[in-house]
Amino acid sequence: MNAETKEMTPSSVDLAASYEESGVKDILRELDETLIGLAPVKQRIKETAALLLVDKARREMGLATETPTLHMSFTGNPGTGKTTVALKIADLLHRLGYVRKGHLVTVTRDDLVGQYIGHTAPKTKEVLKKAMGGVLFIDEAYYLYRPENERDYGQEAIEILLQVMENNRDDLVVVLAGYADRMDRFFESNPGFRSRIAHHIEFPDYSDDELESIAEIMLAEQNYVFDEGGKRAMEEYIGQRRAQPHFANARSIRNALDRARLRQANRLFETSDGPLDATALSTITEADIRASRVFRGGLDVDRAQRETCA
Amino acid sequence: MRLRQGQFSFLPDLTDDDIRTQAQYAIDNGWAVSVEYTDDPHPRNSYWEMWGHPMFDNPDAAAVVYEVNECRKEHGSKYIRVLAFDASAGWESIRMSFIVNRPAEEPGFRVVRQEAEGRKIRYTIESYAVREPEGARYA
Repeated sequence: MNAETKEMTPSSVDLAASYEESGVKDILRELDETLIGLAPVKQRIKETAALLLVDKARREMGLATETPTLHMSFTGNPGTGKTTVALKIADLLHRLGYVRKGHLVTVTRDDLVGQYIGHTAPKTKEVLKKAMGGVLFIDEAYYLYRPENERDYGQEAIEILLQVMENNRDDLVVVLAGYADRMDRFFESNPGFRSRIAHHIEFPDYSDDELESIAEIMLAEQNYVFDEGGKRAMEEYIGQRRAQPHFANARSIRNALDRARLRQANRLFETSDGPLDATALSTITEADIRASRVFRGGLDVDRAQRETCA
Repeated sequence: MRLRQGQFSFLPDLTDDDIRTQAQYAIDNGWAVSVEYTDDPHPRNSYWEMWGHPMFDNPDAAAVVYEVNECRKEHGSKYIRVLAFDASAGWESIRMSFIVNRPAEEPGFRVVRQEAEGRKIRYTIESYAVREPEGARYA
């Protein structure tokens, strides 16, 4: 470093100030407020944010460091908020200046892998180019690798991905997401991926209480409320739904609420014989929840299966 | 003889960073950026080969630099240029065009004089490079 640039370098840095002005604080607060539960995930994000802030300060002081590897893997059951968190991360990295645009490109195997020879490379590259300057979110990443078919084109997509993840580290951040056990197997068979991903973040399942608050927030967002009975029924619903197959955390709750709204609308049609006020139009009652199949032991197919097994 | 065509051609060669800045300017204006190459440097040659599709929906210019470098790998000994196409109604034309790669040796152009009826002379220019068949130019 020559004398001229040395004069420009600050001798000390105020981390608190750069924390304030980078807008990281707002994102972390938003994360805390809008996402229920997920304590370990929030902790990891805070740690990552701190690392990046310190790294940025170091660079300003001329303690040059290489761009840290920011590729991540999100593992967790369906409906635990992986995509939502990825959106926040993209925003966070953008505010810290680690990605230039901060947009999120969500893809699955279909968007990366082609149908015939020579189709995969351009397709994968197209997606990668679109994601440059932002975050590429590959949902259910383990589908890229299909060991049972040795001529599968997924391998080709993986190779291009790895190459770009390594060479264009400054241009994009790749987030792989999927169920924990299958991701583990995916990483085992693709050691290149594991070593290129520094941050493995696990998303825990939501507790019953957390799911309840999520249900209330979801309803509030659409201007609905539970009445007393509806709330109790929802609590019970969550407990029973968890034990049944295909439980997908917050996503199951969203679907349940969508169906409850459907039944509410139906109920209003059939029972009302006068003008309805806003309260009636936006209240989900016990009957709307209780009518769910979950209280009768789940989907008919699943129930039949269990009975034959028993 | 250094080929002077398009923008910035009287400046030193653009670095990757320069290319990125220019391409980002085009993208921010909503223009589609594309990469083309040729080994026929005649100024009236409007048929450069396309390197991939024009990039309509890449928000970041890193993608353009990436494609330029991919094109250099394959056609490093030819001319490569970056174009920005404005698709907005009433314009629908090229807004920017600049050379980002050129051959190591640029032999330049010669003047051909054709004697026509009377004492008329018709002038034309021809690149020395095109005397070789396509693909064999610029070694």
